[in-house]
Amino acid sequence: MRLEARFKWLPSPILSLLLFLAWLLLNNSVSAGHIVLAIILAIVIPLVTSPFRTKQPLIIKPGLAFRHLMLVLYDIITANFQVAMLILGPTKNLTPGFVKVPLDLTHSMPITILASTVSLTPGTVSAEVYPWEENITENKGSKQKFLLIHVLNLKDEQALINTIKQRYEAPLKEIFQC
Amino acid sequence: MLETVILIVFAMIGLSLLLNVWRLLIGPSVPDRILALDTMYINSIALIILYGMSMGTALYFEAALLIAMLGFVSTVAVCKYLLRGDIIE
Amino acid sequence: MTEWIISILLLIGGSFVLVGSIGLVKMPDFFMRLHGPTKATTLGMASLLTAAMVFFSTTQAGLSVKEILISLFLVLTAPISGYMMIKSAIHHKLESIDRTKGKDNLEE
Repeated sequence: MRLEARFKWLPSPILSLLLFLAWLLLNNSVSAGHIVLAIILAIVIPLVTSPFRTKQPLIIKPGLAFRHLMLVLYDIITANFQVAMLILGPTKNLTPGFVKVPLDLTHSMPITILASTVSLTPGTVSAEVYPWEENITENKGSKQKFLLIHVLNLKDEQALINTIKQRYEAPLKEIFQC
Repeated sequence: MLETVILIVFAMIGLSLLLNVWRLLIGPSVPDRILALDTMYINSIALIILYGMSMGTALYFEAALLIAMLGFVSTVAVCKYLLRGDIIE
Repeated sequence: MTEWIISILLLIGGSFVLVGSIGLVKMPDFFMRLHGPTKATTLGMASLLTAAMVFFSTTQAGLSVKEILISLFLVLTAPISGYMMIKSAIHHKLESIDRTKGKDNLEE
């Protein structure tokens, strides 16, 4: 896990990229003037706001991150058809349940990303991360953390936990190297 | 053909808005009503985008963006109020 | 041709939004109701906005890609608001239906 960026003038590269793209999308043009303005904004805003934000871990493997994003998008689309079938089908056959998944991740940022992916993929909504610590960034790995999820149609608890851990958590561990 | 499809989708979104209003009225608890409101603002974005398409103008885009942002913030603020009894501590 | 693409995308989006609202009304307890709006409605909106993007790119001069911004925003914020709502529901100790498995996990 690396917290410090490689260049001092670019504290968070992903945020800069997002700002650049958001400015161009808002103006809906790629003219030279807008590109220059977008570059200035993308460099100045992270520099000005970086003292107010807590340091977040940086993405170390961008290629793998991109592949993981594509996998998650594909899963969201296929999962939604399953959820639509479950919702339209008879309600009596559904067996909802709460499952707790033990987490290997320790930092708050990867846990947030994992919880969001779990919320968007098939029949699961993440409910809670516990034990909750007020200052989650400072005591790393002090306690085993659990993610509590609610499942719409729970069939095999162990298989679900294994899927989440292998399909979504292992790539995140590799992307952030923690 | 496109006008007919847009009308059909208008009817779909209108029906889902009515369903949301039904859930908003019968409750039974406060988080249920928040969930209904949250779904309602997302559906209203869909309605505005569709209206823009049927009028053939992209002017309504900014309104949709503003509703998306304010709706998210208001949902989180109401939930925070339920959780802690205070929005800004 | 583009008319067909726009129509299919619009119909898919509209039906997903409708499915999300049906789930909101039909399901017996709050935790199951949450599944419809967080997932189906988000994908429906993404599909509708893609249709709008194709529509405005073909009918008006120049490419129109700013609709991506709304769908990106909705996809990013849907899990967060869902998480906040389920957290307040657990805080208020809402009842989940009897056949829910693993209820004891909630106590901690």
